[in-house]
Order: sequence, then structure tokens, then C-alpha cells
Amino acid sequence: MARMTMIEAVRSAMDVSMARDENVVVFGEDVGYFGGVFRCTQGLQAKYGKTRCFDAPISESGIVGTAIGMAAYGLKPCVEIQFADYMYPAYDQITQEAARIRYRSNGDFTCPIVLRMPTGGGIFGGQTHSQSPEALFTHVCGLKVIVPSNPYDAKGLLISAIEDPDPVMFLEPKRLYNGPFDGHHERPVTAWSKHELGDVPEGHYTIPIGKAEIRRKGSAVTVVAYGTMVHVALAAAEETGIDAEVIDLRSLLPLDLDTIVQSVTKTGRCVVVHEATLTSGFGAELVSLVQEHCFYHLEAPVVRVTGWDTPYPHAQEWDYFPGPARVGRALTEVMEA
Amino acid sequence: MDEFSRLSLHVPEPAVRPGGQPDFSNVKIPKAGSVPRPEVDVAPEEIRDLAFSIIRVLNRDGEAVGPWAGLLSDAELLSGLRHMMMLRAFDARMLMAQRQGKTSFYMQHLGEEAVSCAFRRALRKGDMNFPTYRQAGLLIADDYPMVEMMNQIFSNESDPCHGRQLPVMYTSKEHGFFTISGNLATQYVQAVGWAMASAIKNDTRIAAGWIGDGSTAESDFHSALVFASTYRAPVILNIVNNQWAISTFQGIARGGSGTFAARGLGFGIPALRVDGNDYLAVYAVARWAAERARRNLGPTLIEYVTYRVGAHSTSDDPSAYRPKTESEAWPLGDPVLRLKKHLIVRGAWSEERHAQAEAEIMDEVIQAQKQAESHGTLHAGGKPSVRDIFEGVYAEMPPHIRRQRQKAGY
Repeated sequence: MARMTMIEAVRSAMDVSMARDENVVVFGEDVGYFGGVFRCTQGLQAKYGKTRCFDAPISESGIVGTAIGMAAYGLKPCVEIQFADYMYPAYDQITQEAARIRYRSNGDFTCPIVLRMPTGGGIFGGQTHSQSPEALFTHVCGLKVIVPSNPYDAKGLLISAIEDPDPVMFLEPKRLYNGPFDGHHERPVTAWSKHELGDVPEGHYTIPIGKAEIRRKGSAVTVVAYGTMVHVALAAAEETGIDAEVIDLRSLLPLDLDTIVQSVTKTGRCVVVHEATLTSGFGAELVSLVQEHCFYHLEAPVVRVTGWDTPYPHAQEWDYFPGPARVGRALTEVMEA
Repeated sequence: MDEFSRLSLHVPEPAVRPGGQPDFSNVKIPKAGSVPRPEVDVAPEEIRDLAFSIIRVLNRDGEAVGPWAGLLSDAELLSGLRHMMMLRAFDARMLMAQRQGKTSFYMQHLGEEAVSCAFRRALRKGDMNFPTYRQAGLLIADDYPMVEMMNQIFSNESDPCHGRQLPVMYTSKEHGFFTISGNLATQYVQAVGWAMASAIKNDTRIAAGWIGDGSTAESDFHSALVFASTYRAPVILNIVNNQWAISTFQGIARGGSGTFAARGLGFGIPALRVDGNDYLAVYAVARWAAERARRNLGPTLIEYVTYRVGAHSTSDDPSAYRPKTESEAWPLGDPVLRLKKHLIVRGAWSEERHAQAEAEIMDEVIQAQKQAESHGTLHAGGKPSVRDIFEGVYAEMPPHIRRQRQKAGY
């Protein structure tokens, strides 16, 4: 075991994977010599050589397009999109190519690629460095979508993603890179070294894709969250004193519906939290599923707490970010309903 | 008064529209044999003029002339002729089958047969094409079974794609033919990635990307050239300029640059322009590019100058946007007739043998079609299962898709 930040955990996952499988290659903007703007690939080029970890031109469609070609050849590319906000030029390659190659060729060709991308806000990144586009991926059949909330999961899930036979979108909440941020931006940053999920095995292990984890057992209300919002939800539960059960989805697609249904059936109440915008967000899918599967157990309308339906603002970041106060109000609301 | 007058927008127009006299006087055709053949390790800047010329081997008299000639034997040329005739017969039957309602859609190659048929000969087993929908000659010339192609076109019970993909969007890893997508240009940069992978693994195999004149306007075309140039990928980047992107003439995508081949120059990629209706020239240039790639000298961009004689697809009517007689005025002739003439000049072929071959080939295609139709056509006979809708989205079916399959009754 070692103490790792989420950056170190992600790097360790790539390191372990590259050491085990010569077909794993890593590339992206600033990824090679420098090791990435968040330093997630630091040292990999020195260790594995510049044909297995290298800098790419600023061309996301080129990065993803070449990765698809490499995967068709038989490599396992794990590429970095510098910010999730930059993935749009590659959206055609992701949705109409990567996601459909197995299907349209009936398995003659496949596309085992991983696209890592820092996601979410909380770093004063403004509208082009703060977005959470996960619903643009969960709407696409053929993709898998993962959002880890801590270093231990990030490493185990990233290794699973690299070993997965299908394309995986791996969204890393950048505000969690250095600590379990609970939305209290005015407080000093907590480090992963002080958190049990910062304890990460140095070697190979995997976490199955499609399995959620209950972060806090509770009986009053179910909170369904992922990424940074898991920590915000935990803080809201403590601060309101409401006995919430907090589910960390970890994997959005495929989704661990059983864990959600079991919990909501038990609590009879549900709050869905994400940082992405409200309308047609992944929360809409979650609420719909809860309604379909738990309707006769519900004691109150299901409530969503999300980013506002606006671009991510710069100066007003903390009025946009769904922090523990807003989540806490939602918990109170569903308890009083 | 301001020294500048008001601005106006330039919108290019083709030389002629329906009702007009076809005019290709703007296509400058050099004499066959007049373009030099550089060494494969030539510096790209030394052959910039090849991006503005047209490499040709067959002259008007059917002779193979100049430095790009002399690469193929009688037997190879005869098999090349057979491939092109086969593709033409295949197209004719499948067009008719579409009109008979046996499939929803078809795209023919008429006039462009030499491009994919001759190119295939320059590749080896294990090399990989990333084709568009108009390169079925790559399969025909690699002896991929016609019945399988037809099964795919008919979306029948034996369709290798299990009914999921539009007709003509074939796939065959075994025959070096990447699954056709249907959206445009995406495959071009994938070809570069495949080639990069081959270089990363110190392999000996090379890749070929394919794109049409119209789709060179897509950003993926430019991404492909950047990556190919930066990493010197062992890839041949083919542009099939058949003059028309559905109803849009090539000037809309080409813009102010003289030729499509010239796009390669800014990337430091050797760029050649070739007579796409000349089987010998297409082969010679493809072989030159393949040798460059295999010697680790990097990518080559090739523009095939050809003409789309037929409609874009069975859903298109070219008489609405170009003169009906335009194809007859096309100055580079018909690829089948030109190779036929050359083989007769060589003493390896005759009118009688050609007529006999035509009948034999058509019979072969008809037999294949009968066999394919015994497995069903789009609206009759054997069909893929409804289960096939749900299979293969992922390697392992996730629970939500399993639930939906059950809901559909399967």
C-alpha cells in the first residue's frame, strides 16, 4: 500500500498496465516529455520510451481517430483529452466510430480504447475548463462511462478500463485530483493522504465496471451521486444530520441499477446530484429509472441538485457549483415532503 | 469616398450546368509518359510539380510509355482487366437488384474501377485499407467472395454484418478492408493510427486511407495529414477525385488550391497526381507509395483524377445538376476500354476473347447472385434475427440491453 493522490493513482494505473501489456500506449496533448498539464503521465515516457508515451498535435479528432486505428491494429491506446471540454472535435470519432465499430462489423473489428479526460469545475476554469459532459457519452450506445471519486477507485477502474474490450470514457473529476473536496471551498484543502481511499496498492488490481459503492449507509433518503458530488453529498448528510444513504455510482454506463433500486426501495426517498447542467443531464435518466422501478416505494418526489442550465461561469463559480448547502436543502426538502 | 469598395462573396460554379455543352478544357492532361519517376527516397520539396501534373502510362494508341511503365506482366494485366470487368458486372446486377426492391440502396463504381482494383495489387496480405463506399474493387481484386458481398447488400440471413449496416458498408479484416462507416473522412485519420501502430510494433505492414474529393474538406482529412506528417506514418493517403460530391462539383471542396494533391505539400508529404482511369498508372504510383511506406520513408498523398460516370448512389439523379453527356466528354476515357485496348496492342487479348470474358463474368456474377438470394433479400426470404439488434453493442451484453431485448420479445 502507498498513499497516493488521484493523479498518482491514475499514473500508477497506466504504469502497471504498460508494464504488463506492451500493447498499451499513452498519448495526448503535452502528455509525453512534460507528463501532462495535470502531470498524470509524468515519467511514463522516460520509463517506456517515446513510442509508447508521446506528445500529440492539438487535434482531438486526430488523437481519437488515430487511437481507433491503433486499436483496430491490436494496440490498447489510453489517450488523454486535456480537458473534457476539449472533446467536442472528437465527438464524431467517439460516437459514430469508436462506439459502433464492434456492432457495425459484427465483431470483425473492435475498439478497445480509453479516453481519459479531466472533468468538472471547482478550479476557476471558466466555461472551457469546467464542463461535465458525461451525459453526452451515456446517451451513446457502445460506450462505457466511468467517473471515479477517489484514488483507490480511480486506479482499479482505470486498469479495468484499459483491459476492457470496448471503448471507455474515463472522466476524472479534476477538483478531486489532490484531495476529497466536499464543496467547502473556503476551508483548507484536505489531502488524500489523510483519507482511507488514498491508500492504494502499488501493483495490479481491478474494480469491476458497472458496480456502484455505498459510501454511507443510511435509512432516511438515498443520494445518488458520482465524482466530486459524492464528497459533497457526504458533507451534506453530516451537516444536516439526515441519515442519508450515499451511493457512489463510479460507473454510469453500464449502471448498477440494482444498488439504486435496493436503496430507494428501503429509504423511499431519493436525491440525485451532479455537477453537470440539469436539462437532459444524467440525473434525468436516474430519476426516470427510480420512478420506473421504485414508484410504489416512494414517499416523496425525487429531487435533482445540479449545475444551473447556463455555461459554467468564472467569477460566480461557487454560486454555480452544487455545494453542500444546496444538497442539504434538497435533503431537507425530500424529508419534509 | 473610401478607397475600398464594398465586399462581395465568391461562390465557385462548375464550368457547365444541365443543358450546357460539357467542357473539360480546364483539366490539363499531360502526354502519357511525360512525367518523371523520382526515386522513392526523394525529398518532397523536389517533386512539388508532381502535385500539379498527371502521371499517365497508357497513351491514345493503347501503348504503355514512359518511366512509370513496364511493371506488370500480361497475366497480371489480364487479371486486372478481369477484376474491373467483374466489378462492373457486379455493379450492374446490384443496381438492378436495388431497382427490383431486393435491397434499399446501392453505390456503383462506373468509370472508377481502375482505382481500387489496381491499388489492391500494390498491397500485400496483412496490409490494411480504410476505404470509403466506392472501393469495392479492393475486395474483388483480393478474391473476396462476391456472394458474401451480396449477402451484405441484401441484408439476408447470411449477411456478415447481421443486417445492422447499410448495403455496401462491407468489412473484412482478413482481406485488409476496415469496416466502412458511412459518415465521411473519419477513416482517413484511423488509417494513419493503424499505420502508426504498425511502426510502434516494428511490424512490416502498411495502411492505406481513402477519401473522396468532397470529404477532403472535413477536419479529419487535415488531422490525418498532420499526424501522418508528424510521425512519418507508413500510410498511403488516397484521394479519389471523381469530380462530383453528390451534386457539388469538386471546386467547392478544393477552393483556391490548384489541386487536391497540393494539399499534401504544406505538410511536407510527397504528393502525386495520377490518371485514375489508367490501370497501369494507378498501379505504378501505388507501388511507389507502398515502397516508400515499407522503407519507413513515411506517407504519400495520391490524387486519382477520375470521373463518376454514374449517380452518387441509387438515391441520386445527376441529370439535375450536370449535363447528361458530361461523362462522354471526360478526357481520360474508360478504364476498362483503355486496358482492353492495351492488352490487344500487346497481343495478349482480342475483341472476341473480351466478348467471351464479358459473358463468362456476367454468368459468374449471376450465379453468385442466385446463391445469395437463396439466403434471402431485404424484404423476402431469410432475414437476420431481431436478436441481432441487441448483440454486439458490447463484447458482453450489459443488463439494460438484455432487459430491452426481452421487452422486444427475444
